[in-house]
Amino acid sequence: MKNVWAMYRKEMGHYFVSPIAYVFIGLFLILTAYFFDVFLTAVIQQSLSAEMEGLRYGMTQNIDVPSEVMRAFFGLLSTLVLFITPILTMGVYAEERKRGTMELLMTSPITETDIVLGKFFASFSLFALMLLPTFSYLAFMYVHSDPMPPWRVLVAGYAGILLLGACLTSLGTFISSLTENQIIAAVLTFAAFLLVWVLDIGRNSTSAVATVLTYLSVIRHYEGFTQGIVDTSSLVYYISFIVLFVFLTIRSVDSMRWRRA
Amino acid sequence: MIEVQDLTKAYGAVTAVDHVSFTVNKGEILGFLGPNGAGKTTTMRILTGFMPATSGTARISGFDVFSDSLEVRRRIGYLPEAPPVYPDMSVESYLEFVARIKNVPADKRAARITDALEKTSTTDKRHELIKRLSRGYKQRVGIAQALVHDPDVIILDEPTVGLDPKQIIEVRHLIKGLAGTHTIILSTHILPEVSMTCDRVVIINRGKIAAVDTPQNLTTQLKSGQRVRIEVGAPEAALREALGQVAGAKRVQVESAHADGHVAVNVESEPGKDIRSQLAAKIIEKGWPLFELRGVSVSLEDIFLELTTDDTSHAQAAN
Repeated sequence: MKNVWAMYRKEMGHYFVSPIAYVFIGLFLILTAYFFDVFLTAVIQQSLSAEMEGLRYGMTQNIDVPSEVMRAFFGLLSTLVLFITPILTMGVYAEERKRGTMELLMTSPITETDIVLGKFFASFSLFALMLLPTFSYLAFMYVHSDPMPPWRVLVAGYAGILLLGACLTSLGTFISSLTENQIIAAVLTFAAFLLVWVLDIGRNSTSAVATVLTYLSVIRHYEGFTQGIVDTSSLVYYISFIVLFVFLTIRSVDSMRWRRA
Repeated sequence: MIEVQDLTKAYGAVTAVDHVSFTVNKGEILGFLGPNGAGKTTTMRILTGFMPATSGTARISGFDVFSDSLEVRRRIGYLPEAPPVYPDMSVESYLEFVARIKNVPADKRAARITDALEKTSTTDKRHELIKRLSRGYKQRVGIAQALVHDPDVIILDEPTVGLDPKQIIEVRHLIKGLAGTHTIILSTHILPEVSMTCDRVVIINRGKIAAVDTPQNLTTQLKSGQRVRIEVGAPEAALREALGQVAGAKRVQVESAHADGHVAVNVESEPGKDIRSQLAAKIIEKGWPLFELRGVSVSLEDIFLELTTDDTSHAQAAN
């Protein structure tokens, strides 16, 4: 545990001493702020015009503005994450191998599990820190909504995006452990993300294969969270996904000793 | 302290290390000498647990480097070929990280770091980012990293590469100072380094051990004959003939003939015979002016070349 902490500190230090963390957090902040503004304006306008039509034709049609904005916003977050995570994880092992510092880690009295967990938690922490400022937008919307929507919707949404991020981080770091080249790591990670993303392409089909594939899609499980629904099967899916890829990364780092032939 | 038995490492069809066996006693400095690609780095990587051997065993303090890897890694400090540093970290925070992963207890960390900085004379750079350091300083930080947990065994892969002559001397002093309390293996392809710092030398070539001995024994034993260098003002052919007649002279080789009539020759004698006075007598008898006459001790360099160069390349060099 002490070794995991040592690795974690080193990784976080690396993110914050170099411009990496600031670039990621700053960029994410600008993009999400812009889109939040666009979504909020659009939904409010939509709701106003719906109200006008309601008055004209005598049918009242209420639009739940916070829920609509949140659904759009969490949808956007998942898309941004798809593009940003590969860049975040590409160097985690690839850089270490290229610099020769893997030799230091692997000849120190720490286990592969210590290395992998420390690095995974650090990447995930950076991801979480990147998301943190977006909470203020939604909290602002909540405070100014009347009636205030239930907080659990917001909590579920964040739980969803954090789980999704953890999945992609575990997959991305695994791929980074397979190669010395950061570009290859990023490209492969992006391709793998797209693959687990579009697995639900046959969601309207009833065949057994389509059902299984749809279940395996990372984004399918995410939708429930954005609507405030925490489904146990989704939770199990995400946690299994994370555990699987963290485990594979440990095996992959362990096999580096043997692969150097 | 370190026992290596029949260690072999094959990369596919290429055998990088071929049945290597040697031992290192506690407190000793062992030099690993060989041309590039001889298998020095591979052997060190196996000893540090970085990669497994194909066959054979290696033990450090009684622990097998493969099956008890963690125990071994607790006891070693290792400087790989390239210093394993993080450019974005400051020297101090880097050493602090290394101290943590080497399990230095929290209350001893600060003292150990200060000590490692002092030993490698990097104290004035402790707050500097590693990427701003010169190559020599990076190398020293690499050495500091190998010392920070005060390990029993220190393994240094080419520790003086990239240093300037003054720093090289400092590092050699440092290594000598560590002996006694630490057991050290260092690899190098620089010969004087071995004769200056090491108690014993392992000469390795193409994965095989060519010789194991003290630097002194290697110099005296392996080259049995002695050599005398003479500078005389005499005609070349006559000189060669006259010196060849001296009893005990095996070979006369003209080194250079100067325009002013001086000729420099090397005379090799038969093993164990000192023929300097006979040579001098011969020259004086002929009435030639003698400018220089001295015995040349065979350097480690010659032995090294003899051991690591095969006959075909000897023949090529002669042609």
